[in-house]
Amino acid sequence: MSDNGAALVLEDVHKSFAKLQVLSGIDLVLAEHEVVCLIGASGSGKSTLLRCVNLLEPIDSGRIVVHGEEVTAAGVNVNELRRGIGIVFQSFNLFPHMSVLENITLAPRKALGLPKADAQARADELLARFGLADKRDEYPDRLSGGQQQRVAIVRALAMQPGLMLLDEVTSALDPELVAEVLSVIRELAAEGMTMLIATHEMGFARDVANRVCFLDAGVILEEGTPEEIFGAPREPRTQQFLQRIVEAGRL
Amino acid sequence: MLVVVNAAGWPDVKQAFFDRDLFQESFPDIARAFLLNVKIFLIAEAVILVFALFIAVLRGLPGPVFFPVRVLATIYADLFRGIPTILVIYILGFGVTALQLPGVPVSELFWGTVALVLVYSAYVSEVYRAGIESVHPSQEAAARSLGLNRFQALRHVIIPQAVRRIVPPLLNDFIGLQKDTALVALLGVVEAFRQSQIDVSATFNYTPYICTAILFVAITVPLARFTDWLVARDRRRQLAGGLR
Repeated sequence: MSDNGAALVLEDVHKSFAKLQVLSGIDLVLAEHEVVCLIGASGSGKSTLLRCVNLLEPIDSGRIVVHGEEVTAAGVNVNELRRGIGIVFQSFNLFPHMSVLENITLAPRKALGLPKADAQARADELLARFGLADKRDEYPDRLSGGQQQRVAIVRALAMQPGLMLLDEVTSALDPELVAEVLSVIRELAAEGMTMLIATHEMGFARDVANRVCFLDAGVILEEGTPEEIFGAPREPRTQQFLQRIVEAGRL
Repeated sequence: MLVVVNAAGWPDVKQAFFDRDLFQESFPDIARAFLLNVKIFLIAEAVILVFALFIAVLRGLPGPVFFPVRVLATIYADLFRGIPTILVIYILGFGVTALQLPGVPVSELFWGTVALVLVYSAYVSEVYRAGIESVHPSQEAAARSLGLNRFQALRHVIIPQAVRRIVPPLLNDFIGLQKDTALVALLGVVEAFRQSQIDVSATFNYTPYICTAILFVAITVPLARFTDWLVARDRRRQLAGGLR
């Protein structure tokens, strides 16, 4: 398989929790600057797949290669690997005891060894870009959900990752706050950030994705361009899933 | 209060425990001796805060590699919480000093303090552990996903949040420690309690005990209010201003 040039390669990735098989042979390749959306019902393995990529969950078998480096090989420095991969969680997971600025500068300072002033300059630049400059000294609990999630995205970006993993980043948000977060992600996509996005926002997936993968029972059942998946899905399971989404008024 | 003052024996008790002149006479000596309690308390507390955290972290190390370390830390905590404090003080204070090992201090004060450190670190390590485990795993996941190593995640993300939650039970243990500094008197060290015993046996009047009790309370209450204030200030800073 030609790994060269690909941002992310997954080969036959298996993962189970105790007796529950969550991923049963995932194959997926992301080219540089590609945005791939993972869709599928709850429990289809989307989040687990993302957590496996940056080794928050160890996989049972298979291979994961990020920017040409096999991350599932023995002896890989997981800390170094994770610095190059940004992940944003459904529940934000900001550090509640730190201000916005401290949240963002912690990893650049401690993991990359950046001087405080440089880390702050980097954070201020990102905060300004995403309209959060006036929140820099606030604590996370004082922000709205949408602001918290944007801060979480900025926190991940401050490490200047080559790959972003977004795990249902709008699922915990009130509907009117979803748009501000999605527009940030659109901006990243427009800049050419490579992203793997698990999402329930089908309209957004259709807009932003180069490719959409439908996960079902731990495998990628169907993948294609948004037009193919949303316009003319081949698999009955995909059709069923999208039908339910349409009925729920989310497409 | 009224029941006490109207009791048949009150005049006798009043004379035996609340003698104003004797109080004034014994107060300076006891207060001076009490400085030793404060010193023991301050030194022990500083060591306990660090040592207990170390034990708690050892007990939380994951994986089979650290199994022996976890077992040792657990045995330590079980042992020193199980043995009565007074016995630990006797065993170390009289036992170790009697060994006359070269290079090892023979001061009863030193070993009494060490005994307090060992006993209270066992308690405090459990408080720390409860605090560390109360921080949601997603916080560690977030820290590690940013590329921080396990130690950095503990140091900057987990422990600061844990410590904020355990301040009230920590204070509980430190008030206990402060009172138990009086147990070092059993080794013959003249601290406030021992000094008041000396005064009592010289006069057959218990007023010096009341004097000592007042001194202990006088330091406990401000300490409690100070930590309340610290906790409230921190909460105000983190949470939205409008609430409550």
